[in-house]
Amino acid sequence: MNPVQATAASLGLLVCHACGLLSRPAPDSHDARCPRCGAHLHFRKPDSITRTWALLITAMILYIPANLLPMMNTSSLFGSQSDTIMSGVVYFWTSGSWYLALIIFFASIMVPMLKMIALVLLLVTAQSHSRWQQDQRARLYRLVEFVGRWSMLDIYVVAVIVALVQLQGLATIQPGPGAIAFGAVVVLTMFAAMAFDPRLIWDPVEKQHGRNTA
Amino acid sequence: MTASAPLIACHECDLLQREVPLPQGGVVRCGRCGAELYRSHPHSLERTLALTAAAIVLFAIANSYPIVGLKLQGQLIQTSLFHTVKTLYDEDMKSIAALVFTTTMLMPALELLAMTWLLLPLRLGRAPLGFAPVFRVLQAVRPWGMVEVLMLGVLVSMVKLAHLATLVPGIALWSFGALMLLMAAVAAVFDPRELWARVSAVR
Repeated sequence: MNPVQATAASLGLLVCHACGLLSRPAPDSHDARCPRCGAHLHFRKPDSITRTWALLITAMILYIPANLLPMMNTSSLFGSQSDTIMSGVVYFWTSGSWYLALIIFFASIMVPMLKMIALVLLLVTAQSHSRWQQDQRARLYRLVEFVGRWSMLDIYVVAVIVALVQLQGLATIQPGPGAIAFGAVVVLTMFAAMAFDPRLIWDPVEKQHGRNTA
Repeated sequence: MTASAPLIACHECDLLQREVPLPQGGVVRCGRCGAELYRSHPHSLERTLALTAAAIVLFAIANSYPIVGLKLQGQLIQTSLFHTVKTLYDEDMKSIAALVFTTTMLMPALELLAMTWLLLPLRLGRAPLGFAPVFRVLQAVRPWGMVEVLMLGVLVSMVKLAHLATLVPGIALWSFGALMLLMAAVAAVFDPRELWARVSAVR
């Protein structure tokens, strides 16, 4: 029961990211396409590390205004008020809805931050061809891909509240600039996770193996 | 394991592996990185198509009725999803409006349409027109539909507004709840491998 310990790339085979078909590219072609579904084929996602860094650094910069600027501006007869993400969490916590405070704290503050830290870790280890904890890093990547969308939660909360309160005339609630920055962070980190090629985690195995047998 | 079993490569770590036959409902994971390679779904195509048809009906209801209403001084104020997007747009928050529209209306709609486009002709024994491009659109669109996150967002905002006025859950709230479950079921039952096998069989 010896498994075939070779990667598709090491045998010159391309995997289609869309339909999963294995194919061998024509020897003189620059622009390989999947013979079954026509998607562009690459051994590894092109410039994966550079692109992921670029998207990630932009997201990190925008994470600052996303947390400091108000998500919502409320103005009523009793004065006006600005709410950031954190003040929303504090509001829920002090008004007794501690479970909602936890949900928002995790979805809006912890998840984006942990996601960015995880991507930095994946990028740095991939760049240094590290063989450290590869299966755990693969798991981390799957977690990052799965969990990222939940950060959109606060955007929807703001949207629904603005639409409902707008109509009743007692108070006006407007979305603040923090919402734009926050939305951008969520979208950019999702693109960053998509740009990262998880196969880079495992490529050092091949190199090590090649060196040993050569 | 026979030497003639077809090779597949893990999409997450590129390791080549031989395909193995599966019992019903079984899952094959990559031997190195643990990513799911494929699973067996009996009648995947028929089930996916049925769930998609149900999801389309619920999608239509969810988008034409109000999600929640506020009852205040005898007045009932309601908002639908489209109205929410429009308010954001009028408030000069065009980027947020676009984001909400794309992730909760456009992308789920495209996903359901693409699914039907691929599955219905195949069920009838014909090859769908433009199968490969539509399949790629489907793959690209899927991560961006966020109905389940919207659902949680609506619930959180309801709690936030509960002290202001009486909340009246709308028809669309229940429809979105059911739509969320159906779209998760579509994603779980959908089997791209069977799809490609059926297409090559029809051709």
